[in-house]
Parts: sequence; structure tokens; C-alpha cells
Amino acid sequence: MSVIVTAILALLGLAAIFGALLGFAAIRFKVEGNPIVDEIDGLLPQTQCGQCGHPGCRPYAESIADGGDINKCPPGGEATIQALAELLDVEATPLDSEHGEEIPKQVAVIREPECIGCTKCIQACPIDAILGSAKHMHTVIASECTGCDLCVEPCPVDCIDMVPVDQGLGAWHWSSPKDPKIIATDKIGSTVEGASLS
Amino acid sequence: MSASIKGKLINTRTLSDFHGGIHPNEMKSLSNLTPITKAAIPPKLILPLQQHIGKASQVIVEVGQHVLKGEKLADADGMISVALHAPTSGVIDSILDHPIAHPSGQTDRCIILIPDGKDEWCELEACEHYEHLSVSKIQHKVREAGVAGMGGAGFPTEVKLHPPHHDKVATLILNAVECEPYITADDRLMRERASEVVQGMEIMAYALQPGECLIGIEDNKPEAIAALREAVKDTRIEICVIPTKYPSGGEKQLIKILTDKEVPSGKIPADIGVMCQNVGTAAAIYRAIRFGEPLISRITTLTGEGIQQRGNVEVLLGTQIDWLLSQYGYQAEKTQRLIMGGPMMGFTLKHTDTPIVKTTNCILAPSANDLPLPPPAQACIRCGLCAEACPATLLPQQLYWFSRAQEYDKAEHHNLFDCIECGACSYVCPSSIPLVQYYRHAKGEIKQLKQDQQKSDQARERFEARQFRLEREQAEKDAKRKARAEAAAKAQAAKKAAEAAQPADVNQKTDSESPIAEPVDTKKAAIQAALERSQAKKSVQAIEIEVPDLDALKTAWDKTRSKLEKMHDALDNAKENNPEQVEKLTRAVEKNQMRVNQAKQAWEKASASQSLETQPSIVPEAEKAPAPDIDALKTTFEKSLAKLEKMQDALNNAQPEQVEKLTRAVDKNKVRVQSAEQALKDAKQSIQDGEL
Repeated sequence: MSVIVTAILALLGLAAIFGALLGFAAIRFKVEGNPIVDEIDGLLPQTQCGQCGHPGCRPYAESIADGGDINKCPPGGEATIQALAELLDVEATPLDSEHGEEIPKQVAVIREPECIGCTKCIQACPIDAILGSAKHMHTVIASECTGCDLCVEPCPVDCIDMVPVDQGLGAWHWSSPKDPKIIATDKIGSTVEGASLS
Repeated sequence: MSASIKGKLINTRTLSDFHGGIHPNEMKSLSNLTPITKAAIPPKLILPLQQHIGKASQVIVEVGQHVLKGEKLADADGMISVALHAPTSGVIDSILDHPIAHPSGQTDRCIILIPDGKDEWCELEACEHYEHLSVSKIQHKVREAGVAGMGGAGFPTEVKLHPPHHDKVATLILNAVECEPYITADDRLMRERASEVVQGMEIMAYALQPGECLIGIEDNKPEAIAALREAVKDTRIEICVIPTKYPSGGEKQLIKILTDKEVPSGKIPADIGVMCQNVGTAAAIYRAIRFGEPLISRITTLTGEGIQQRGNVEVLLGTQIDWLLSQYGYQAEKTQRLIMGGPMMGFTLKHTDTPIVKTTNCILAPSANDLPLPPPAQACIRCGLCAEACPATLLPQQLYWFSRAQEYDKAEHHNLFDCIECGACSYVCPSSIPLVQYYRHAKGEIKQLKQDQQKSDQARERFEARQFRLEREQAEKDAKRKARAEAAAKAQAAKKAAEAAQPADVNQKTDSESPIAEPVDTKKAAIQAALERSQAKKSVQAIEIEVPDLDALKTAWDKTRSKLEKMHDALDNAKENNPEQVEKLTRAVEKNQMRVNQAKQAWEKASASQSLETQPSIVPEAEKAPAPDIDALKTTFEKSLAKLEKMQDALNNAQPEQVEKLTRAVDKNKVRVQSAEQALKDAKQSIQDGEL
């Protein structure tokens, strides 16, 4: 009998100690917010364009963390979908065309002589990349512009153009070689000969 | 190579070796048998603003301007940049985008110079003894002369003439290896101008003050070694002959061979106290310091079976390659492609009209026989030959898989960025897999991804800053609005309190058109007046305590009654003009009605008791019973004081709701009426006491 009591007491004691330890750890090492949201947010292109149907990249990240689709971000394109699929260990799905197509990087450019200085685009820009004040010409800080396109619509005189970014030599890099398509028994030029024979 | 020559080449220094490496066909004798010739001045020179690593130079000339040979056309922009000079005298034709020698075949900004044929030098600042110049002067002169690494990378030389901040340079190495097949530009330069090379190195040594000066040269250039040996007599420069192996000329590999030190991953040679320069650069430094000549030409190897007069030419920078080749018997039909650089690390030119730049050490025009196109790539058989050949001791096979699968993190973890892109792995691959191209692509992708990441982080930061700003502005706006509302409410309360304190008075003032909607600016005056009146009343009460209370009560009753009447008028008025005020007014009128009733009752009571007493004279009463009267006086005084304080409190703590305010004001009034009643009772009591 006393053995059973001792065993129960010992177990209870252990349970109390570990419970206290876990309780302490839960408070001491409490993680604020959802860390997965931060990770997802880190992969998104941060254009804050709202094409995914969420008001900004973080809300979209939150929706993905809650199990939403990962294929709603046209600015990020396939690369972002791949990265998200890898992070969340889910199947990479093709971009949902409902939210837009993946287009080359672009920036907003204000046709400055036509600008009337209404400040509407400044208010629309999610990252404060437009400079100007009331009744003075505005201009886009090209290096900061994410090409989200949100400033185009509010402009009352339609003087904002979205132009593809000139990547220049600095952004050029080697393209990937094509994957080998032949097998070892193929001989050089055999396909050409075969084609000419047929 | 005979054994006797080889015996002479052996030096005393213990050499190390690097891992891997290959021995491709050297093909140097195609071009190193004839002396350097001078190319003619072409009809047009195309000078790209970016011929070096770093920031592009900034144009300082205008279109149409006539320039002399050696005149500066573009200034160095920033730390890592060099100047650009006119290779000959002529007129600036235009400044435009022109295809440049780049694997992408893209265009870049170029200055187009049309030579006038006079080849007229501008004034040059020569200097016979470099020792008379300060180190900073030498650095400045090298920068201004536009000297950039001529081995192929084009790194601004001036930057490499600054000793590292933390320690001094232990070893200065002159790279004369020229390990890539076909290229013989450095070989010929050393044979013919060894003294220029050596003196250039001495200038570098003067600037850097290294512990030792070494020239690393492969044993396949015996004539160059002999010439250098002659030139280095009486100097402390040591010539180190190393065995021929590709890629011994790689900076890190050469350092390993000569000093047995390895440059750590992600570091540069300067971090381990070694500085490496190319022989061509040394000669350019010499000419820049000794004669003040800027870098306007270079020695380029023209080789390959597609060129008849193979050899090395000293060619003006900006000379178009197709024009240059046409001068040396170029046979386009024999050539399968044009390569800038060597067969290992060079790239195929997409346009033949691109110009020679500071880094063009070779133009290779191989025939299909010479350098056949690689056969189609086959599957990797995991033979491991690439790992054996890799001079950077990487795992090319792993890097290949990771690059192909776009697993860039893993590729980076396998030190992809330590790959020097020498091409040894591709050379040995039995499956002809273009391994280096995969690495180049992966490197580019990783850089691009990092840039994108940086940009998106920046965008996020800006977005969050904006959100924060908007929130702050909103909060500020709210606070302001609240403050305004509070101030308005306070003023309103004060007004109401004042009205309540002196209802008749206020009504008299405001019985014009809209009695309730009193102008805001009169509020303060009203409050002040109320306070004064209250004070005055106290003093009146203090003095006139003997005056029969009956009269006062009667007056109060009359006053409240007249006020009530006026309020009724106002109510009628408001019914017509101010519908929203009606409710409030009605309530106020009811309250007043109550007050009037109270006052009436009080007066009736008082008059009833007075009538019983039959003419008690006030003065005698006061004389008879002064003590109780003073007590009453005191009580009244205290009460009115309390009232005053309360009113002031009410002024301070007033709420915006009108009803509440009104209620409180009325309550105060009740208290006042009650106190008046109390005073009356006290007075009555004292009279009775006096009688007794």
C-alpha cells in the first residue's frame, strides 16, 4: 500500500515540478503575435497593392497563415508562390489569374507638366514614394516605387504612367542553360540527320 | 621545352600547390612569336563610360568639343571608379547607348570620338623620380590616369594602392601567370617591356611598402622570365616560376602557390595582407607616373585560326573589334564565333562592332576545328571528376544539382560564391554539362533575390512608417477634437451655471430673439457678473441681517415669478423659431415653476409667523439679541460661501449634456432657496428668543 502511495506522491511531485516549469516557460518565453505571419510577410513583395483582395501584404500573410490560398499575389508571381509553398509545405499552385497577371517590374512616372498638384496620388501611395505638396508638381521617387499602381486611379488628370523598369546592365545575369534533353546513346547531330532522312 | 632551360627556371622559393586544376592545350605559340604591333587609328572610337568595376565615369565633355589625345573625357565618380581619356585627338561626335562587349550583348552609354588623324597629345605631367612624389599623389595620379586592373576584372587600381587600414601589406604579388590558353598579351609585354613592368611594380611597392615583392610567372614563358630576371637586377623583387597549370593565374590560387596562405571565404586578399596586381596594370602605372600618360591603349592578343596575322597589338581603347580584325586578316567564314577573353573564361560576342575596353586582353576567332562547340549535355554520371578539378575545393556536382533545382540556399551553403568560374569543372565533365553556366545563373539569381528582398524590406519599412504616421496624425486629430469639445462643454456649463445663479438677470439680457442661444463671448462676462453678485449678496446679507426677511423673500418670490413669466415668453418664442430648444425650455420652465412655488410658500410661512408677532422693530430686535443674529449671519455667510464654491466646482466640472447641467443648476438653486428658508427660520427663532 505504502509503495503505491509513494509512487503516486512521487508522480504528483514530478507533475507539479514540470507543470511549474512549463508554466514558467510559457510566460517567460511567450511569443508575441504569430511568427509564421512574419515569415510569410517576409516572402511577400511588399508592394501593398491589394491585388490579392487584402488591404496590404500583412493582411494577406495573415490570411495565408489561416489557411488561405497562396496564389493570389501577382507582383510576387511564381517565385513567391514557390517560396510560400516551400515555407508552408503545401502544393505550389499556379497564379490565380482572377487577381491579375504577373507582369515585369514597373514604376509609376508622373508626366510632370500635366500634374496639377492635387496630392491625391500622395495620399494613395502606400509607401510614401511620391513627393510634392498642394498646388505644386509631384514626382515619384523611382528607387522607392514598388509599382503597385495604386496612384494611377486617383489621378484626376491621368498624368501617371506605369512604365517597365529599365533593368540595365547592372541587373543582367546569365540565363540558365537548357536542361539536357538527350540520352547517352544519342549521337551529335543524329536528330538532325534523322529529321532530314524522314 | 628543353631540360637546360627548365633547369634555369627553378627558383629557391618553396612553392605550394592548390587543389585541382587542369592542363588544357596552351595554344600560346599561335600568337606569341611576333612582336607587338601598333594598330592604326580607326575612323571612329567608341568609349564606354563603364570599362571598370564600380560606378560609371561621369562625362565632362560636350558633343562637338575638340579634344586632344590624353585629355580627360569623363571623371571618376565615387570611391570605386576611374577616369576616362581620349585615345587620340578628335571631335566628340555624340554620347549615346552603343552595344558593348558584354555577355548580354546589351548597350551602355558610350562617348563616340571621331579622330582627326593628327594624334596630337595634350600636355602631360611627367615625373622622372616617383620617389619625389607623396604616396597620396601617386594614388591620385593613378586614379586620374584611369588605370583599372588589366588582367580582365577591371578593378580600379588606385583602390588597391591603399594599404589595408588595420595592418600593412606583407606580400605584393605581380600576377604574370597568364594561365588561360591562347592569350599571350602579358607574355609579349614582359618580353618587350620588362623594365616598364618592373618599374611599375616598384611604384606600387613604394605606395604599399610591402614586406616582400614577388612576380609569379608560369614556366611556359621562358623568354619573359629571362627578360624579367634581367630587369629585376638590383631590386628586391623576387621572380617565382611556377609550374604551368590552369588556373594558377587566379588570384587566390596564385596566393596559395606563392605564400601557402588561403584567402578565407568571402574575404579579399588584402584581409590576409596580400595585394595582387597584373603585369599590364604595372606597366600602365609606370607610364602614368613616369610620363603622365593616361590609360588610352592596351595590348590585346588577336588569335585563332580565323585571323591570318595573329599576334599582339597595341590598340587604342574604343577601337571597334570588327574594324580591328579587318586590319589583321580576319576570315569570317572560317570563324565559328568571336570570343572576348580566353576559351575558358571568355564569352561569345553578340555584336562584332563592340569596342576594345580596358579589360580586353584577347580576341579569339577560333575555327570549328580549333574550338568545337560543346556537344549536347548529357546526364551527370556522378564521376566526381569536377570535384577533383575544382581549384576552389568546392563540390561542383552538388552545386550543379542545387543550381538546377533552384535550391539556392543550399547552393550558398555549399559556398557557391567561392566559385571563381574558371571552367575547369566544365572542361573535365565527360557529360559536357555546362556547369559554370549553371553557377553563373545561380549566382545572378541569388543576387537578384537578395536585391528584391532588400527592396521589399525597404518597402515594408516605409509602409509601416506611413501607417504609424497616419495613426499618429489621427490620434492627434482626435485629441484636438476632444479638447475642443471639452472647452466648448466647459464654456457651456459655465454659461448655464451663470444663468442659473442669476436667472432673472440673464433673462433680462437675453429676452430679445433667441433667449437660450446666448452668444459665447458674453458667457465669461456672465460668469464674472454672477460671481460678483454672489459676493455682493454675501456682503448684503452680512450687513442687512436685521432687515426683515419677509421683504427679501417677497422680492425673491417676485423675481422668480417674473423670471418664470419671461421664460414662458421665451418658450413661446422658441416654439416658433427654435423647435429643438423647446424641450429644454419646457423643462426649465417647470423647474422655475417649482422654484416660484417654493418661494411663495416660504413667503407665506414667513408672513404668517410675522403677523403673529405684531410689529417687532428690527433695530431693537437686533439690539436685544445681537448674539443669535450674528450666529444666523454667520451661517448664512458660510452657506453662501459653500454655494459659491459649489458653483465654481460646477463651472469646472460641467458635462456637455445640457440636461444634466440644467438639473444640477436647478439643484443648486433649490439649495439656495432652502438656505434662504433656513435663514428666515433662524431669524424668526432669534426674534422669538429675543422676545423671550
